[in-house]
Amino acid sequence: MSETEQKPAVPAQATAPAVEAVPDREPLLEVDRVTLRFGGVVALNEVDFTLYKGEILGLIGPNGAGKTTCFNAMTGIYQPTEGEIRFRGEKIAGKKRHQITRSGMARTFQNIRLFPEMTAQENVLVGADAHHKTSVISALLRLPRYWKEERAGREKAERLLEFVGIRHRMHEFARNLSYGEQRRLEIARALATDPVLLCLDEPAAGFNPAEKEELLQLIRQIRDTGVTVLLIEHDMRLVMGVTDRIVVLEFGKKIAEGLPAEVRDDPKVIAAYLGVPDDAA
Amino acid sequence: MTTTVNPPSPEQREGLRDRLRHGREAVAQRWHHAPRWVRWVLLAAVIVFFYALPNKEFYQYLGPIPTPGANFTQVLFTVSIYVLMAVGLNIVVGFAGLLDLGYFGFFAVGAYTVAVLTSPSSDIKTLWPWLLVVPIAIALTMVSGVMLGTPTLRLRGDYLALVTLGFAEMIRIAAVSSPFLKGQRGFNQIPHPPGQYTDGKPIFGVLDARPYYWLVLTLIIVVVIGVRNLTHSRVGRAWISIREDEDAAQLMGVPTFKFKLWAFAAGAAIAGLAGALFAGKQNFVNSQNFELLNSIIILAAVIFGGSGNIVGAIVGGGLVAYMIERFRGIELFGVELYEYRFLFFGLVLVVMMIFRPQGLIPNRRRAAEFKDRRKEVTVGE
Ligand SMILES: Nc1ncnc2c1ncn2[C@@H]1O[C@H](COP(=O)(O)OP(=O)(O)O)[C@@H](O)[C@H]1O
Ligand SMILES: [Mg+2]
Repeated sequence: MSETEQKPAVPAQATAPAVEAVPDREPLLEVDRVTLRFGGVVALNEVDFTLYKGEILGLIGPNGAGKTTCFNAMTGIYQPTEGEIRFRGEKIAGKKRHQITRSGMARTFQNIRLFPEMTAQENVLVGADAHHKTSVISALLRLPRYWKEERAGREKAERLLEFVGIRHRMHEFARNLSYGEQRRLEIARALATDPVLLCLDEPAAGFNPAEKEELLQLIRQIRDTGVTVLLIEHDMRLVMGVTDRIVVLEFGKKIAEGLPAEVRDDPKVIAAYLGVPDDAA
Repeated sequence: MTTTVNPPSPEQREGLRDRLRHGREAVAQRWHHAPRWVRWVLLAAVIVFFYALPNKEFYQYLGPIPTPGANFTQVLFTVSIYVLMAVGLNIVVGFAGLLDLGYFGFFAVGAYTVAVLTSPSSDIKTLWPWLLVVPIAIALTMVSGVMLGTPTLRLRGDYLALVTLGFAEMIRIAAVSSPFLKGQRGFNQIPHPPGQYTDGKPIFGVLDARPYYWLVLTLIIVVVIGVRNLTHSRVGRAWISIREDEDAAQLMGVPTFKFKLWAFAAGAAIAGLAGALFAGKQNFVNSQNFELLNSIIILAAVIFGGSGNIVGAIVGGGLVAYMIERFRGIELFGVELYEYRFLFFGLVLVVMMIFRPQGLIPNRRRAAEFKDRRKEVTVGE
């Protein structure tokens, strides 16, 4: 701890090659030296990384490293104490949460946060509604726009539920779905907002190896449809197979960034993970 | 920020409550799976029954249902007003999950708007006809809902309950003490709704309450269709998602403030309509009509019926208002039960909370929620 505090002005920088690995790509999300404090706790300490269009970036680190906090800052739940976050070139600060979502950033939650007493289909519809314009008046009088958007939304929901593999559970309440189905539903709901960037917070937590493999497959498919993916995961082995690049956090600081193979062999990363069991429950 | 995950627990113990629930679900299932025409016939039968109800030729055969201590048609009118208000409050409390303790304040705004703009006792003496003033009353109530909601709906939970309570009390005190609102003396000669029979007699007179009841009943049907359209759309999904998890709703792109405001405005508009109908029937409005207790009664009715369910709100509003009136003229050990109506009513609610906390006809969602809370208690964390 004390060692890291001695050089506050310079964020971790042992990672120059990574940026060169994607030279001609357009930056989608820029986390620009973001610091976030909760009282005395420094949850993020000058975290700095860029996400490029079309890639799958892994954000890894031991428990409590600040990964979820980083998502919360990106999606407008917390305001950074210092630094700023830009999405598609525009500052996140000052935007409302629903505006951030509409501008193309969607997320899932580490602790599943579905709408439990809505059906799977209705959950996805809420996501799809992000881009619908049916007003109270057109809903009240069932004007043509209502019918058009309602039909489009239902088709989209079916398609996405099919995509994540739980279409047969469409009319079930979210609360009645199994744990794995709930995780998949969260992904479908996020995809329904038509994201450019999909942020997944430990989507494989609590999965067995076979389920994890299926999920990785799904993440690759999502990327292949043109969606950029930011994947939080603290199981190193899992992210190796799917990510293009990896950013490693520890105690709120970025300690490494680079290609999976580079990061895996980085002594700092190995040290960070030593003695930290992969709780592959 | 974070809430704990509810792990889907597999165990299902079959208790009495669960069996009751299964019974109700079975009824719901049968209703949903019944052929369309069966549903329409049943619905039509219920509607015809309620249109026929205020006729003596009909209700005299209904045994103990007509009220002994009060004119039954008058009681039906009162009950129908409560039902209309329960449907409106259900949008706010049941669907959007906003605790509004001062809903009756909007009723007062509607009634006083009509009184001020139509009555000869009013200072401004506009003397407009009732029908013209009804839309104005509704619009003004909506505006007051938006004005109350704009600063408060950004807050969460308890604050809203307090502010709405304060609002209703403010309206009541204004009614009591503002010279413009005439306090106890009130406004008289408020005009009735228009219309006459072929022989020239007015349809909406002083003696016969039936036409008023029929008018409210018809408006209840119209309002219910409208509310149903809303709840089966993007608007209703937004409301429910806010109730379920406001943060998650925002992060899924729901402009939560805007839709909470709409819930407030829609609820207020319905209360304003109820107030205007009341004033048009009563002919007289004064400050005694707007006790705080009325807000609590309607809230209790919504919860009693099962909040978040339109049918539940109708049944809850109807039963609660009817029970209170039913006590008139019944004596037990020399005291009139009506005097103790609220005591009894409180007891019923306490018993309900113990045995059926999800309400009589719970929303399918709410029922599951309560089931789960019990599980959390039994299973532990
Ligand atoms: N709302 C909050 N208030 C105070 N401390 C917080 C809050 N959210 C997160 N933290 C702290 O920030 C640190 C990072 O947490 P988090 O981002 O959840 O870690 P991770 O997701 O990497 O496991 C932890 O020390 C945590 O206790
Ligand atoms: Mg986390």
